[in-house]
Formats: sequence, C-alpha cells, structure tokens
Amino acid sequence: MIDFLNALTLFANFVLIPGLTYGSQLALGALGITLLYGILRFANFAHGDTMAFGTMVTILATWWLQGTGVSIAPLPTALLALPIGVAATAIFALATDRLVYRHYREVKAPPIRLVMASVGVMFVMNGIVRFIIGPNDQSFMDGERFIVKARAFKNATGLNEGLAIKSSQMLTVVMAMVLVALLFWFLNRTRTGKSMRAFSDNEDLALLSGISPQKVVTVTWILAAGLATIAGVLYGLDKSFKPFTYFQLLLPMFAAAIVGGVGHPVGAILGGFVVAFSEVAVTYAYKKFITYLVPVDYAPEGLMQLLSTDYKFAVSFIILVVVLLVRPTGLLKGKVI
Amino acid sequence: MKKLLLASTILAGMTTAAFADGHEVKMGVILGFTGPIESLTPDMASAAELAMKETAGKVLDGKTIVAVRADSTCTDAAAATAAAEKLITSDGVVGIMGADCSGVTTAIANNVGVPNGVVMVSPSATSPALTTIEDKGFFFRTAPSDARQGQVLADILKDKGITKVAVTFTNNDYGKGLADSFATAFKAAGGEIAISAAHEDGKADYSAEVGALSAAGAEHLAVFGYVDQGGKGIIQTSLDTGAFDKFILADGMIGESLIKAIGADLNGTIGTLPGSDSAGAAKFKEVATAGGLKKNDGPFMPESYDAAALMILAMQAAGSTDRAAIQGKIMDVANAPGEKILPGELAKALEILKSGGQVDYEGASNVTLTDVGEAAGSYKELEVKDGKFETIKIR
Repeated sequence: MIDFLNALTLFANFVLIPGLTYGSQLALGALGITLLYGILRFANFAHGDTMAFGTMVTILATWWLQGTGVSIAPLPTALLALPIGVAATAIFALATDRLVYRHYREVKAPPIRLVMASVGVMFVMNGIVRFIIGPNDQSFMDGERFIVKARAFKNATGLNEGLAIKSSQMLTVVMAMVLVALLFWFLNRTRTGKSMRAFSDNEDLALLSGISPQKVVTVTWILAAGLATIAGVLYGLDKSFKPFTYFQLLLPMFAAAIVGGVGHPVGAILGGFVVAFSEVAVTYAYKKFITYLVPVDYAPEGLMQLLSTDYKFAVSFIILVVVLLVRPTGLLKGKVI
Repeated sequence: MKKLLLASTILAGMTTAAFADGHEVKMGVILGFTGPIESLTPDMASAAELAMKETAGKVLDGKTIVAVRADSTCTDAAAATAAAEKLITSDGVVGIMGADCSGVTTAIANNVGVPNGVVMVSPSATSPALTTIEDKGFFFRTAPSDARQGQVLADILKDKGITKVAVTFTNNDYGKGLADSFATAFKAAGGEIAISAAHEDGKADYSAEVGALSAAGAEHLAVFGYVDQGGKGIIQTSLDTGAFDKFILADGMIGESLIKAIGADLNGTIGTLPGSDSAGAAKFKEVATAGGLKKNDGPFMPESYDAAALMILAMQAAGSTDRAAIQGKIMDVANAPGEKILPGELAKALEILKSGGQVDYEGASNVTLTDVGEAAGSYKELEVKDGKFETIKIR
C-alpha cells in the first residue's frame, strides 16, 4: 500500500502537476488562437509574441509596483500589474489590426495573405520586445513560492517521495478555470458573445441581421490579447520569461488548437492538455514508478523512458502531423465556435 | 608665417599619430561577453587587461599592449569566428587571449587562428578534444583539460564515499567531454553512473529533464553546465520538486550568481575549479586589488591574467611583435629553466628577458605547459558553506 502511495506521489509530482500547469498555460494560449481563427479566419502566427509583449508590459509594471513598495504578498505582485499588461496588449493588438489586418479584410484577401501578414507582425513584435526588455531571462516571481514543499510533505506523510506544489502552479490552474468559465459565459449568455458566434457561423447572415462587424472584430482582439497576456504571465511566473521561449511556445499552442479542432473553444482546452501531458508523459522515465508497483524481482533495469527529454518539442510536432493525417478536423469536430 | 604654423601643426599631429601607432600593440581579448557565462567574462577580461596595464610602456622599445575586446558569445561558432576574423584582419592583433568556451574556441582556432598563424591562449576552454586539434603549435591554454577535471571529481566523490550519481551536462563540446571523462574515471574507481543525460541551455522549463534524472534512483546530481543557463534551471527545478538536494558542480557552474539565485539550499554542494593556493594565487589577489579590479578572486581570472602575461613575455623574448615569433617563445617563457615570475613581477621579467636572461613564468595559476601547450592543472575542491564557495583543498 505504501509503495502504491509512493508511486502515486511520484507520478503526481513529476507528471500530473507539471502537466496540469503546462496544459492550462497552453489551453489559454490556444483559446486565443482558436478565437481569432474562428472569427477573423486566419492563423495568427504573432500569438506567441503577443504573449511575450503582454508579459513584458506586466513585468515592467511589476517592477514599478515593487519600486513603489506595493505588494500583495503572499500573492505575486505581477497579478496586480496584470490589468495594465492586458490593457496595453489589447491596445497594441487593436492598433495592429487597424494598421495591418483591416486592409486585408477590406480587400477580401485570401486567408493565406493574412497569415503571411501575421508572420510579419510576429517579427516586428519580436523586435519590439527584445528592444525594450532585452533577450535575457527575467524572473519576476515574488511572494510565497510554495504551497506544499517536497521535504515538508515527506516529513508529514512519512512517504519516500516528496510532493511539491508551487503557488504559481496552483495560481495557473485556478486562473485558467475561472477564465474559461467566464469566457464560456460570455460567448453563450451575452449579446456580444452571441453575435460573435453568429459572425463565426455565417458572416453574411450575421451582417444581414444587423451585427456590427467592427464591434465583433474589436471584442475578439481584446479577448485574444487578454488571454495571451494572462497565459504569458502565468507561464513566466511558473517558469521564467524569455522572449525566445515565448516564440517557441507557438508550436505547442498551435498543436493544441488543431488537435482539439480549430475554432472550437472546448477543443482548444482539450488540445492544450493533450499536448502538455503527451510532452511530459512521453519523456518521463518510469523506472522508479514501476519499481514501486511491481515485486522486487521484476524491477526494470533500464530507465523505461520512451523518448529522451531532448525530443520534447518533437512530441508536439508528431501529434500535429498525426492529427492532420488521421483526423484533420481535430478531436472535436472543428466546427467554428 | 601662418603657413609655417599650419604646416608644423599638421606635422606635429602626424608625428603624434605615428607615435601612438608605433607604441601601441593590439592584443585581442575574445570572450563571451554575452551568453551563458556573461557574468564571469567581464572580470576575466579585466584580469587580462591588468597584465597589459602592468607592462604599459615597458615592452620591447617602450611599447604598450592594448586590448581589443570581442564577443565570442560562448555558443555561436559563426559569430565567434566572425569576431575573431575582424580582430585579426582589421584590428591587426598580434595575439588572441581567448576564447572562453570550448566549442567556439575550437571553431576560432580551426577557422581563423591557426590558418592566419595567430597565437591563441585560452584561459578557460577545457574540452579534452582541444588537446588533439591540428593547431600547428598556435593554440595554448592556461586552463587544464577536462580529462583531468573528470579525474579530480571522481577522486573527490570516492573520498566522500559517494558511489552512485546522476549526471546532466550541457549539450556541447564542453559538457559532453567532461561528462565522458568523469564517467570513465568514476567507473574506474568503482562508481556507478545511474543516468547521464544532456540538457539544452536557454529553456524556461527543466521539469521533464529533472524528472528523468531523478527516476534513475541516484541521490546526488552532477551538473556539468553553465552557471547562468540550463545548469541553474536544473538545480532550481531539482530543489523545487524535491528530486535532488545534493549537487556536484564542475567549473562552468561555479559562480556567485548561482548562490544568489538559489540561496541557502545550496549549502553542502561540492565542486571543482581550476586553481591553486600557491604563492602566485595569493599574489594575484594583491595585484588585482591594487590594480583597482572589481573582484580579486573570480573563476578563470588568474588564468586570464596568465594568458595575457604569457603572450607579452613571449613577445619580449622574441624581440618583435611578429605573430610567428611570439608563437615560438611561449613555451620558453612558460616553463623552466629561468627565474620564477609571479603576478606583479612582469616588469622584472621583461628586464630579465631584455638583458638576455630566461624566465619561468609561474603566474597566478602555477603555469606549467605540457608538450601540447596546455596547463597540467591543479584544481580547487570547493564546498558551499554558509552561502559561499570555500576551498577545501587543492588537488
């Protein structure tokens, strides 16, 4: 029995909790991608850098707050700075839409042209972020770092294995749940949300019934920018902020959106967790875990690791390719919103 | 009259310029001022420049050596090669102090240094592979090869009774070379490597790597990485998840920024760093303090001072600033016979060489070069006590 609990703790500590956290972060990012795809009908390659931009503004605001001595310990100060980050990113996204994307919508350009334009926007944002905050690692987590510490858990339970829960992990999961609930309430219950869904289902019909396209587009950008910023800040609090890693997050986020069914909010969340858990579970070495569960004689010699951790990013690629080959619409039928 | 004045002013201006030209000799200092060891390199560079300051106006017929800094980036071979190319072709340096990390050092030596016949003295490239590169005698290092460091680490673990470790190394020439030499030495001493896995630098999240490392069932984790990069991430994640709390560090991981980032949890960590507590090491601290350096005791600072000093002395011994002539004299000034020279005594050494004598440069790191031109190597065994790296003994 003790062995079973040890195995369970080990699994929770190295697979379940990291997977859940990473999955929530990916899900929030993928939701933004899927919303933009469903309503504006193009894949926004600048999403990773939108995350970086929002996080950067939040970090700068956090530093300013820390400088003036404001603190909401034990919670991280960044939470207080988050609204500033969201607002700045929303304004930036709307300005980009006004300057770049609106033109292509007006000339009814094919989606691929919007996608290419978003690649351009990506490089510009990339440069802006590096120009302002630099290419280096920034750690901006303050307040209490742990809810449960590994050693304290070991002492309290008498188990061999420790379980650590960082406050940033708990924060990520809670925030993600609240945000997703709010988003679904907004999409399903409010007038604006319903008009967004209508616009996504059938643009011409929506226009005929008097829905203002400008309003739908504006709200979509604000939502996507907000989700991106929050996902970025949570990722940065949990791990660390570095412009290049945020750019790299684009791949798992897209994989998540496509696996779940692009344009489908529930799918984005599902996809986020599928990608995150595959990455963590496939690269974890199960030797110790199995050793706890089986009789001593059957304990494995090798590491019981499917893929070396070097190939972590390859996992999202593989999932992406397999899904596109086998079920191009995604797990949930990629019916727009 | 006016014309004469003008002409003489111009003439005077020209002679001043000529004067400056004739009395300044450029030496390249190529280190990773950006990148994974950026917190170490400024001090290394100022240690090298200290040797140049000490000999200002005293080399050959009153020449001064001036440093031209360039960025090796530590990781980007193409950028490092381009930077070294510029040093050699457009700045016209007589020798290069550098580079720092093994990968870029190999690239510079192979692509630029050796083909152009420019002496390179690296203070910190420690990959065993550099022992056997085709350097035509132009590559030297004041840092010992990691083949030796692997052996020293294995000896320390054996003395402490540690028989099983997990190893993670940064995925490049330095990390791989050190992990291999350590594994060979440790296994020969009867130890067991539970798992040896590479990690990539510059990632935000190392929980998967740490999970795999801890699954192998060792209690100690040996980290052969970089202090401002993945190495730090691995240690932080290990402590966060409770996977490991006992660490063994190699030279790339020794730096105050690590202790600053991690804190008291690091106490009890053991490590190795090239160096000695010879008279030269103590003397170097005095010289560094007197010379106004920010620190007098940092990783690879003694080696950097020695690298620059060796080239200056070789220049004097050769009696010219010719690149090939310098190369021919490095071994002569580094090894016996001759009068032993410690840091702060460079002026004396120059005098001896001018009068036709011989010197045996000991310097800050006890320099003795093997026949392939690299330091034989003594290492400090370090332990973190009360938030500070303390030297336990010299091996």
